[in-house]
Amino acid sequence: MKAELNEQALLKGLANNDSKAIEALYKDNFNMVQSFILNNNGSYDDARDIFQEAMIALYEKAKSDSFVLTSKINTYVYSICRRLWLKRLQQIGRYSNQIDSLEETVSVEEDLEIHEKRNAEFAIMDRALNSLGEPCKSLLEGYYVKKMDMQHLAKEFGYTNADNAKNQKYKCLIRLKKLFFAQYNIGD
Amino acid sequence: MEDNLLLQAIERYLDGTMLSAEKAYFEELRKNTPEIDQMVVEHSMFLHQMDLYSAQRNMKHTLHEVHTKLLERGDINEGGELNTRGRVIQLYNKYKRVTAIAASVGGIIALVISGLTVYFTPANNNQLQELKREVEVVKRNQQYQGAKLNEVDSKLPKDAVLTGGGSGFLIDAKGYIITNAHVLKGSSFANVINNNHDEFSAKIIYRDEARDLAILKIEDEDYKPLKTLPYGFRKTDIDLGEEVFTLGYPRNDITYNKGDLSAKTGYNGDSTRWQLEMNANPGNSGGPVLDKNGEVIGVLSTREKHAEGVAFAIKSKNIFKMINEVKDTDTSLEKIKMTSHSSIKGMERAIQIKEMENCVFLVQAFNKK
Repeated sequence: MKAELNEQALLKGLANNDSKAIEALYKDNFNMVQSFILNNNGSYDDARDIFQEAMIALYEKAKSDSFVLTSKINTYVYSICRRLWLKRLQQIGRYSNQIDSLEETVSVEEDLEIHEKRNAEFAIMDRALNSLGEPCKSLLEGYYVKKMDMQHLAKEFGYTNADNAKNQKYKCLIRLKKLFFAQYNIGD
Repeated sequence: MEDNLLLQAIERYLDGTMLSAEKAYFEELRKNTPEIDQMVVEHSMFLHQMDLYSAQRNMKHTLHEVHTKLLERGDINEGGELNTRGRVIQLYNKYKRVTAIAASVGGIIALVISGLTVYFTPANNNQLQELKREVEVVKRNQQYQGAKLNEVDSKLPKDAVLTGGGSGFLIDAKGYIITNAHVLKGSSFANVINNNHDEFSAKIIYRDEARDLAILKIEDEDYKPLKTLPYGFRKTDIDLGEEVFTLGYPRNDITYNKGDLSAKTGYNGDSTRWQLEMNANPGNSGGPVLDKNGEVIGVLSTREKHAEGVAFAIKSKNIFKMINEVKDTDTSLEKIKMTSHSSIKGMERAIQIKEMENCVFLVQAFNKK
């Protein structure tokens, strides 16, 4: 019961970007995933990529309103990593059915579907932002990603006042929205 | 500019920083202007996407930081600094499949090469069969012979174990017998029995495994040496199609076989042998091959397994060569004199055989228990 409560707390911490919780989760689960990847034709870099992607998937799930985790965290993380790695191996044509499956796994297909959709959206936004050019890109990133306030941003970018910076930000935003929706609608 | 202001208003409306009077006015505007309503919905959607995007980006950043931190602290390990074996294992894991494939390919090539080598090596045991008598057969025959032997007691020591058998023939009347080395394989002494069932003890005085020849010397007081051998050793070249014959002991009684010389080389071009068109059987090994004049042209040794009636004989000049090679170092061979004169030349075959049959022996090879 205590362990379960602890896991719930960790997931809550993850959803709230609490670095202590993230560290604990990372520490508890990474080695298992790493040895799995290494034992199945992967490298240290592969292990890191796959594990971090699984953590993102877990984070998205923890943040969603309908969140329920029906298994232990390590089982869930392992299952996600296993699916992701199998997929990666298939993509590079090295599919092996000898994948080590001694660990217990749970079905994660639905979650992965949601995660993939999310990834696609992320990529669209990323592309849109990157094709904006400077200073638009950094300005918008500063405001939306780093959550800096306008005064601060104006100072950093050298605008004479916050209003000018704000004006510029909206101009950039209009361009970004255009770029984003051009891709996003096609994607739909 | 108008767009700009509108967007600003929408954003303020969405993040709830609008004052209530302004908000009421804006809501009224939204209700009456579908375009603005649409823009609000669209922007709300966009902001949601932006939220998710930034959350994911921030999480990625955090994870990256955590990873580096844990790595520094040693809570997780990516090989490298902590133990160098990690990298080796990583490399091993990365390339083990390639290594395995390379190793298999190497193995297969090695097998193919060794297979080819074996296939093309002359006197291939798979293709050729040595014509010595198998132990079981010899044993059975020994019992039969026991009754017929002229000796009262066998001259064998009590603890002798039979290892094989074949044929042999005199090359010098003083009691020197040539046979195949494979007949004597694994044995330390031998006895020889002639067609009159006289048994003599013989000493193995020389073996040449490469040529597959061996020389025995009868060392038995009962042996009465002939003055001269009825046959000689042919030194001139022999032609294809010449008629040849052999005497040997595939059974307990001396057996005659005839055939023709079919090639001047042996199996796979082995130039030390003749190929004969002749039926030879296990036990014929070590027997003489003679031409129609009663001159020895070779020592029968092997037959081809997968071809009927093809046998091979070691050319008699190999006997000369062998003896000449070791004469200086091995004094036991220096007394051997081989003549080329055949006294049975021009005789009928049956007479020739009668003249020489006591010079051809059944060779039994033994080892001590």
